Amino acid sequence: MTRYYTKDHEWIEVDGDTGTVGITDYAQGQLGDITFVELPDTGAALAKGDAPCVVDSVKAASDVYSPVSGTVTESNHALADEPELVNTQAESGGWLFRLTLSDAGELGGLMDRAAYDAFVGGL
Amino acid sequence: MNAVNQAGWRPEMGQANAATRATSSGDRALMLEEALIFELGQPGTCGVDFGETDLPPLDSLAPFLRRDPLDLPGLSEPEAVRHYTRLSRQNYAIDLGPFPLGSCTMKHNPRLNEKVARMAGFADLHPLQPVSTVQGALGAINQLAHWLIELTGMHGVAMSPKAGAHGELCGLLCIKAALEARGEARTTILVPESAHGTNPATAAFAGFAVESIPATCEGRVDLAALTAKLGPHVAGVMITNPNTCGLFERDMKAISDAVHAAGGYVYCDGANFNAVVGKVRPGDLGIDAMHINLHKTFSTPHGGGGPGSGPVVLSAALSPFGPLPFTVREADGSVRLVEEEQAAHEHPQGFGRMAAFHGQMGMFTRALAYILSHGADGLQQVAEDAVLNANYVLCSLDDVLDAPFGASGPCMHEALFSDTGLAEGFSTLDIAKGLIDEGFHPMTVYFPLVVHGAMLVEPTETESKAGLDRFIASLRSLAERARAGDEALKSAPHFAPRRRLDETMAARKPVLVWQG
Repeated sequence: MTRYYTKDHEWIEVDGDTGTVGITDYAQGQLGDITFVELPDTGAALAKGDAPCVVDSVKAASDVYSPVSGTVTESNHALADEPELVNTQAESGGWLFRLTLSDAGELGGLMDRAAYDAFVGGL
Repeated sequence: MNAVNQAGWRPEMGQANAATRATSSGDRALMLEEALIFELGQPGTCGVDFGETDLPPLDSLAPFLRRDPLDLPGLSEPEAVRHYTRLSRQNYAIDLGPFPLGSCTMKHNPRLNEKVARMAGFADLHPLQPVSTVQGALGAINQLAHWLIELTGMHGVAMSPKAGAHGELCGLLCIKAALEARGEARTTILVPESAHGTNPATAAFAGFAVESIPATCEGRVDLAALTAKLGPHVAGVMITNPNTCGLFERDMKAISDAVHAAGGYVYCDGANFNAVVGKVRPGDLGIDAMHINLHKTFSTPHGGGGPGSGPVVLSAALSPFGPLPFTVREADGSVRLVEEEQAAHEHPQGFGRMAAFHGQMGMFTRALAYILSHGADGLQQVAEDAVLNANYVLCSLDDVLDAPFGASGPCMHEALFSDTGLAEGFSTLDIAKGLIDEGFHPMTVYFPLVVHGAMLVEPTETESKAGLDRFIASLRSLAERARAGDEALKSAPHFAPRRRLDETMAARKPVLVWQG
């Protein structure tokens, strides 16, 4: 399994042709307390850069962009009752949705952890 | 600061004397804790005597006949009136003190407006009355329409939109109708990052895709980035000027020219028109449509005090597509309405209606009273004083609060600060809550999103220098406490009827019904 990061502060963990997507711990810290997460329907076809999720916090509503193209296979329904999981476990239990990748080549444009940390350090 | 009215009441008097025993009621003098309305009254009490009906219910409605009690609170009229009046005493209002909400233009509502709006000839009309019986009211709408056209340098105006976002929708529907008339299917609206949230929402509601335009480091629209995004798919742009960072978009004319050259239209969010009214005509900047929040620029009540009103001024290119109805003044001075019956001949390309009738009449009369009582020179002074007041706030505090665009030149009607420089663990929210203890309504916080921990202060032109000095002194003391790490600030407000609320839980697990 390999984890990649975007400049919009999403992460995607890839296992074969399945990817799990969430927002980074840095992103949740910037958003503040998450109050609601709007998740995509299973079967939704996403293009890289589409915004299938909206994360509401006490400060703002923010789009989450899909790091890659693919078809949604599952959403994290635990977030309906516990949106705070995105705050407490942003990069594990607070994942947002899973998808089947349609073009693994798109991963090449994403960052690894070290590159993302350097990116955040420069903000 | 506290040397005022030395003989008068002081907040601490309710608890200053340790010998004072608790009252039997639990209330203190005239400061009352208020019960929930469901805790008041008696079940079965009703403030109104309903007569017995001798008519049986219609058979067709029988399945819907209520069989269980309504479970409403049982209060007499005086009990209900007292409940809400007591609650209102714990509220804050523009008539109590400054309301520095950035982007909201919470200015004084002159009482002359109220007097005019209550005149029976304006207040007691029905929108379906024969036109010959409402000539005065239609004349007032027509007169206001001409003032709005004159002040903006535009070609026409749609008076019926009910508020700012409704006006945005009206403007975009005009753009859509114009594109359809040209036989073009343009799909995208460009919106700057710092836009009011309603802009992208309106564009999406009108059926357009939204693309974001980045800002330059000085807080203005990036003209080069915008130009690069233009193309045959772009229906138009939505730009707020002055923008939500409190800055005038200097490149507005160049932006309009570029958008027009690419075949698009320019929508301007006029929420911040108060800063430029009488000084700048949006028509001269190439704008095709702009809503005017009468409840901001022209002082009609809002923020819970009254409905909004968002007339949309239109360029010559978009005017043929504006909504019905509208007023026309004839050569003999009479005013008539153009509605669907006349539209085939007089307004064949209009996109339809935004609302059932003519618009917010009570706001029209208030706005017209405001405009006529100020006159053109008075309106110019409104803009000048609003900008002066905001710059006074900005310059008085930029040594204790970070002004991210302080180097971008004078601000317009609102001063923008960030949370940079506050002690670790202290936030914009702490300063906002501290302002409540200081006796002020907080400023707008966490907007615009492009600034970290944004504090947006719009003093408006009606605050005096003495009033501004009091506000600035309070905000300065709070900024200094937040920079020094004064822990007590984290639990503010301490003196309000309620302490700091758990806003997160209120959003995550809202309790919306009586739990008794």
